[in-house]
Amino acid sequence: MSDRPTPDRDEALAAITAEIEPFNKKGVSVTEATSFQHDLEWDSLTVLDFVAAVEDRFDIVITMNMQAEIETVGQLADAVVKLKGDQ
Amino acid sequence: MTETGLQPEALPADAPAPAPSRDLFSKFDGLMAEREALLATGARDPFSVVMEEVRSPTEAVIRGRETILLGTYNYMGMTFDPAVVAAGQRALAEFGSGTNGSRMLNGTFRDHLDAEQALRDFYGMAGAMVFSTGYQANLGVISTIAGRGEYVILDADSHASIYDGCKMGDAEIVRFRHNSVDDLDRRLGRLPAEPGKLVVLEGVYSMLGDVAPLAEMVAVAKKHRAMVLVDEAHSMGFYGPNGRGVYEEQGLGDQVDFVIGTFSKSVGTVGGFCVSPHPKFEVLRLACRPYIFTASLPPSVVATAAASIRALATAAPKRERLWRNARRLHAGLAALGLKLGTESAQSAIVAVILDDQAQAVAMWQALLESGVYVNMARPPATPAGTFLLRCSLCAEHSDEQIDVVLDRFGAAARLTGATAGAAS
Repeated sequence: MSDRPTPDRDEALAAITAEIEPFNKKGVSVTEATSFQHDLEWDSLTVLDFVAAVEDRFDIVITMNMQAEIETVGQLADAVVKLKGDQ
Repeated sequence: MTETGLQPEALPADAPAPAPSRDLFSKFDGLMAEREALLATGARDPFSVVMEEVRSPTEAVIRGRETILLGTYNYMGMTFDPAVVAAGQRALAEFGSGTNGSRMLNGTFRDHLDAEQALRDFYGMAGAMVFSTGYQANLGVISTIAGRGEYVILDADSHASIYDGCKMGDAEIVRFRHNSVDDLDRRLGRLPAEPGKLVVLEGVYSMLGDVAPLAEMVAVAKKHRAMVLVDEAHSMGFYGPNGRGVYEEQGLGDQVDFVIGTFSKSVGTVGGFCVSPHPKFEVLRLACRPYIFTASLPPSVVATAAASIRALATAAPKRERLWRNARRLHAGLAALGLKLGTESAQSAIVAVILDDQAQAVAMWQALLESGVYVNMARPPATPAGTFLLRCSLCAEHSDEQIDVVLDRFGAAARLTGATAGAAS
């Protein structure tokens, strides 16, 4: 579907970390274990904008069903790698 | 005696105290604290207004004060229509106060079928199902028609009943940015081609009163071979040549697969429905749980709905008055320097956007105490975390009532600083 190559996990993590920055109002130091809800304290509108940014960057769709299972930055990186691999 | 044998007659004196149960209500502490803080400022609770008397579609008595209603969804003013009231009274006398059962079993009376026929005639579609509320219509139709492995694609600003229908079903759920045709197109393009897809749209979005670019969105959905459901709850009766809704006004009469609607707005009672041209549509009567596992509407309700729907089909003068009222109110509020949800009057909802909850509540209260009721809306119901005073118009509002409303809005805005810094 996409002509972009599958990113490896480190690349996905770096890209996700970069996408977090514009929304990182609290200046949280982001690691794999950072929780979107508990550490970044994003509301649902921020989540929507952030997910859309990640989707556009990787040309994927992260369904709301998947989003419900993703709590940390590391889990999102895993999901991105899997979604790209499935394409 | 019980079947578990002999029981001690009393607990032993030294029995350990039972562990305190974990309080399931502690999750609401934040909500309670926020409400208490608001009320501690002396504000009236915007969510516990009582209508002591209702005099007409546009007037009620609240705390003994005659109040102009500018925050109901009685767009077409049908609630006191003599023919509508008479139809309900006849059904109440002839069929009793309720049905005591499901549509599927003993709860379908003559007038349920009559209301469905009135809907088929109004929309020019072969299939019609009446649900007990509009909420249940969305809940039932969305959760039932999109199954496991299929997709529902919805606007981010969708009504709670659409979100809940998604949550109740087994389909994969994908959101796109509010009213963004490109965003919808991109997301549909990224989904696998094979599985069935349902794109869910609304004609009028009820918080800001903005209208969707349905013509472009439906074209995009069709390009990706998705079926389309449009919720026209806030448009029935006053968009399009036959009053069918925004989809009809934008020339999509034969391109929409499902229209969801409600009896609790323009129709003036309670209930929900879905109409569809799909030849298999009514099989949902056998599969849709929110249709089956609940009691059907009382006969008086469906009789009033049928009479009202038939009246709406030919209500051109009311339609014109409603649009005229919406344009007057929008222009008047804009002239006061208030920030509004839309550039022009796109619907019968005019939303005033305020800075924060304190200002919104203060202005809401000032209006109420001067005899004007509007809806206050706050997150999470509102988009982008906004605080709104939502005005909704009625065809029966008189010019004098709109003048009074604008005068009171001006006073309330000056009192609360809502127009500070505005051009006027």
